[in-house]
Amino acid sequence: MISISGLLGQAFAILLALVLAPLLSGWVGQCRAWLQSRTAPPLLLPYYQLQKLFHKDVVLAHGASSLFRAAPFVVFGCMVLACAIIPSLSTDLPLAPAADALALVGVFGLARVFISLAAMDVGTSFGTLGGRREMLVGFLAEPALLMVIFTLAMTVQSTSVATIVETLAHRELVIYPSLAFAGIAFTFVSFAENARVPVDNPATHLELTMIHEAMILEYSGRHLALIEWAASLKLYAYSCLGLALFFPWGIAPGDNFLALVAAIPLLLFKLAIGGAFLAAIETINAKMRIFRAPEFLGTAFMLAVLGLLVRLLLESRV
Amino acid sequence: MTSLLSIDILLTAACAWGVVGLLGLVAPRNTHFISKTLFPLGALVGVLVGLASLGSLGGPAQTAVLVIGLPDLPFHLRLDNLSALFAMLLGFVAAGISIYAAGYFRKGEGTAPGVLCLEYHLFLASMLVVLLADDAYAFMVAWETMALSSFFLVTTDHRHEEIRRAGFLYLLIAHIGAIAILLSFGVMTGGAGDYSFAGMRAQQLSPFWSSAAYLLALAGFGAKAGLVPLHVWLPEAHPAAPSPVSAMMSGVMLKTAIYGLLRVSFDLVHATIWWWGVMALAIGLVTALFGVLYSTVQSDMKRLLAYSSIENIGLIAVGIGLTLIFHAYRMETLAALAMTAVLYHCLAHSAFKSLLFLCTGSVLHATRERSLGKLGGLIHRMPWVAWLALAGVIASAGLPPLSGFVSEWLLLQSFLFSPGLPHPWLNMVVPVAAALVVLVAALAGFAMVKFYGIIFLGQMREPGLKDAHDAGTWEKFGLAWLALITLLLGILPSTVISRIDAATQQLLGTGLAAKLKEQGWWMLAPISPERASYEPLIFLVTIAATLLLGRWLVRHLYHGRVRRTTAWDCGYYFQGPRAQDTAEGFSQPIRRIFEPMFRMQRHFPTARDTEPYYSVKVEDHFWYWLYLPVARLAGRISTLIVTLQGGRIAVYLMYSFITLLVLLLVARP
Repeated sequence: MISISGLLGQAFAILLALVLAPLLSGWVGQCRAWLQSRTAPPLLLPYYQLQKLFHKDVVLAHGASSLFRAAPFVVFGCMVLACAIIPSLSTDLPLAPAADALALVGVFGLARVFISLAAMDVGTSFGTLGGRREMLVGFLAEPALLMVIFTLAMTVQSTSVATIVETLAHRELVIYPSLAFAGIAFTFVSFAENARVPVDNPATHLELTMIHEAMILEYSGRHLALIEWAASLKLYAYSCLGLALFFPWGIAPGDNFLALVAAIPLLLFKLAIGGAFLAAIETINAKMRIFRAPEFLGTAFMLAVLGLLVRLLLESRV
Repeated sequence: MTSLLSIDILLTAACAWGVVGLLGLVAPRNTHFISKTLFPLGALVGVLVGLASLGSLGGPAQTAVLVIGLPDLPFHLRLDNLSALFAMLLGFVAAGISIYAAGYFRKGEGTAPGVLCLEYHLFLASMLVVLLADDAYAFMVAWETMALSSFFLVTTDHRHEEIRRAGFLYLLIAHIGAIAILLSFGVMTGGAGDYSFAGMRAQQLSPFWSSAAYLLALAGFGAKAGLVPLHVWLPEAHPAAPSPVSAMMSGVMLKTAIYGLLRVSFDLVHATIWWWGVMALAIGLVTALFGVLYSTVQSDMKRLLAYSSIENIGLIAVGIGLTLIFHAYRMETLAALAMTAVLYHCLAHSAFKSLLFLCTGSVLHATRERSLGKLGGLIHRMPWVAWLALAGVIASAGLPPLSGFVSEWLLLQSFLFSPGLPHPWLNMVVPVAAALVVLVAALAGFAMVKFYGIIFLGQMREPGLKDAHDAGTWEKFGLAWLALITLLLGILPSTVISRIDAATQQLLGTGLAAKLKEQGWWMLAPISPERASYEPLIFLVTIAATLLLGRWLVRHLYHGRVRRTTAWDCGYYFQGPRAQDTAEGFSQPIRRIFEPMFRMQRHFPTARDTEPYYSVKVEDHFWYWLYLPVARLAGRISTLIVTLQGGRIAVYLMYSFITLLVLLLVARP
């Protein structure tokens, strides 16, 4: 049954996500700068930017409709829900039954559809281009992500993210080959879904190469702030999901307060390592042409299917 | 007592639809009377049908015998849970479409409104009789009435040649399908000569003849539903028909074919053999992938939706295949899960696809344009249609929290259990098929973003669109009705499933209702909450609460100021409507990635063109691989036969003489 401590834990997880997500983006930016021998921006830069953007007026294009104004809030809501159901500190999340892993993919899909529609709303050349490319990356990444989830769900006999994490965290340390395949595929997918190099470049404004940035060109003020915040929440959600699925150790089971407190520094540590890893991958790779993205994500899909087959062929008796 | 009444109510309703149709002939040119009186009456009958069927779901089967029919074979009718489920779908969706049609049909060329009214209501009545029929004769009579009335509805604007051609193609394939269905019924009687469904159930067929009956039914009902390769009529007939008719055909008529397939494969034939399911699964996957890929590259909004219907029928066939496989291995709970996915998707698709087709009707009325390349920005002129269409688009893209996601979720959940199949390679291959289902769903999202973004968003691509007007009151009401059904199906899956579970129980002997009763009404956990759960209401409330709270906080902590100016677009100067993606441009990535799937004719501009243009025409491979060779063969055979027909009476006399001689030689006593 839903307990008070569970509710508090849930609220805390959401607040932590809201606070930590920009920090994670700032950390990745810093690591990138160090690896590329640049002077690093301050760690808190994303917060300053959010503050600045919230203060500014919204400048809307003449052709912007109500959907354009609603979309940032919808996307933000979707990302908050995603962060709420992914176990970051504890698996005792009252909201977790609301959406299992399949519905989680649906949440990301819903956000993607809204941001793509908003990109098409003003009717500029870059907006439609970005919308089309985002949907392209989306339909390539979604099956791969689902196959990763299928592999895990078959290992654990459940699609509930909390159950998967709980089960994986409390079994003896066995290396499953299927999990290795799934892990690599998941990494590929997270790069594509979070608009990172090699699929997209979050720092670019070079017109022909952008995807995510092209979609949000017309946004300003609080709308842009919400979208940027949602983007960092998405990165946080994917990082937490990856950490929870493949490195689940330390996540508190149930409402054990001490374990919960102990989980916080561990989460920060894991996120710091993960962010540095992301920055390293982004630094040693070049952005690829958009039509190489199908090959990249096709590889991810094949790896995930391979993981599934390995799971079915070799581990079905485990 | 009430349970005894349901079938009588439905029969009365079928008659009422017939009478409403006939009343249209009283004043065939009085558009006002027909649209504002008769169509709302028809809608009222539809609501009645829906409620009566809903009430009889879960009750015992009811039978009736009508005196009309052949001397020895009167019409047998039976209302069981499967019929009731589909009749409910028919009633509620037809009510929305009829209300919409009250505002839609106007004075114009083509069929007189009175005749149209007759055809439309006859179409409704015949679909209802199809669902109630309990013998092959009544079934085929109703089936053919349905085909013919819808043929006349498709060819409403018969002055255009391409519409006549589309109608002909539809009629042709409908009849190929009807022949297969008739043969299937023939096989199922087992030579006993009893054409009632009760007689067929009593037959114990050998596996060979069972399989023959199943395959014939798959071909026959597949032709009506639009399974590959018998899908070609859908993208022709749907754009040709008036929008309410397209909505009715896509939303309801395709489901009668699914009903027929379910009736034959789970009720009339007893044996279930595992490869039946594999076959349905494979055909369904091909159909779904084919449909969605073609729907992303269409430039005509109704063709896009027609291909999307093919995709959805494919997904339904995948579910049927999975059910058959589980059923063949006696894994009844899992079969029930897959069957629930099938039935849920039937309900969901009929509401959201009708909604989308009706939205295209409003756009068509407001702009007289069907081509996506000449639309755009209509959300400013038609906000009602645009926002209601968004509900259909999200459901059709299979996204939470609307109806399309529920059935997809159930289908994927049942795929997750397929490794438990006691078959050496099936348990490997089937889970991978789930990947294709997901690819289809993701591509459907692409198609729907294209559909919505190009019609309703962006800048208006033609100056004439400034005069577009929103839908009228009747039309809005019809659209809102269907959007409401889509929303309710999306957020109350557990409640809906415990109602429709009666049909699953009837077909498989087990259902999910008992499991669902253990949890709250807001929670969908078909196997167990630890295994998988989905709570769309909480899902929706969380997003909505974040959305509203976020908006409130931003307004209060900061401000709500807005300025309007021209778009930024990286400082790019030329921002006319031509700078946006066209329909072809938007789908260019798909054409490039899946190039072998399409038959394309492209024209690229060269450096020397004074008037450079780019054009691309995408055609269906099946025309060239299957239909045109068959048509040529038919042509060749008929030329052969023509040479026999010299036209001289002496030659014909000689033929008779030779025939007589041969018969005398052969038939010696």
